[in-house]
Amino acid sequence: MRKLLFVLVLVPALAYAQTLTRDGVTLTPAQEARAEDIGSQLRCLVCQNESIEGSSADLAKQLRTIIRQQVVAGDSSKSIMNYMVQRYGIFVLLMPPFMRLTWALYASPFIGIILGFFGYWLMRRTKAEAPAPLTDADTRRLDELLK
Amino acid sequence: MSPLRRRLLFGIPLALAVAGGEGFYIILRRMQQNDYDPHALPSPLIGKRPPAFNLPGADGMQGFSNTDLLAPPKPMLVNWFASWCMPCLQEAPMLMKLAKTGLEIWGIAYQDHPQDLANFISTNGNPYTRLAADASGLTAINWGVYGVPETYFIDKQGIVRWRYAGALTDDVVSGTLQPLLQKYA
Repeated sequence: MRKLLFVLVLVPALAYAQTLTRDGVTLTPAQEARAEDIGSQLRCLVCQNESIEGSSADLAKQLRTIIRQQVVAGDSSKSIMNYMVQRYGIFVLLMPPFMRLTWALYASPFIGIILGFFGYWLMRRTKAEAPAPLTDADTRRLDELLK
Repeated sequence: MSPLRRRLLFGIPLALAVAGGEGFYIILRRMQQNDYDPHALPSPLIGKRPPAFNLPGADGMQGFSNTDLLAPPKPMLVNWFASWCMPCLQEAPMLMKLAKTGLEIWGIAYQDHPQDLANFISTNGNPYTRLAADASGLTAINWGVYGVPETYFIDKQGIVRWRYAGALTDDVVSGTLQPLLQKYA
């Protein structure tokens, strides 16, 4: 019983005490997960289609260190993002906010759908009107011709 | 099919193709004229003063802090560079030429070794009135520098008016820098 209690108390404590070191900063797995989450939402400005988390550029490595330091210091994810935007502008965000510069980007799928419906309306085929029923004279003439 | 629909069906794709072609043509022509760079990023520092920093001098020259940039007697440039950067080497003659015209240029060596920096300056000349070293690169991050060379134009109020990322070329100097110098003289 005492052993069980020992395990129950110490194992979670061990898990909590477990730390790792990434980019020169020592942090807990939970802090590392938060840092990775932030870093993967930020663009590496050196190789512009990679995230800071995924890039091997020196600047990205330095920014990863800064993110981890701020995470360890307890800064909110939002304030860390703001830190980056203040320095590099909204281009640093892989998911840009909705604003005057970006509204067209966000509206483009809807504009596309509207244009698609418009195109469909333009191209739709109208069924040809059924011809008027034959008169008696027409029937007689037809019979004559088909003889 | 009504004549209006027929006309729209024919006209809209044609108009879209023409507009798209015109757009690409304008982009390509402006890129050719060095008027537009799709990789260039607008600097958040434009319209503001540089953030607080205090960097030591390098290569026996005087360093500087943000307070030294508060009110230059005339518009000036702050040039971020490094001895290990190829475009900086290409840019060096242009900086010398600009310095000879009396333009004040202050340099910041980004993550450089003192010896390499000294060699770079003695080989390529020294266009800088002051030369500071940002060994850690942390001041660069506060400025939003994402590569070297980068050049910042600072007016007489100490406000950043323009940032150019990349080596200054004849086109950039005559097309953008000279007009700025006149505007903020």
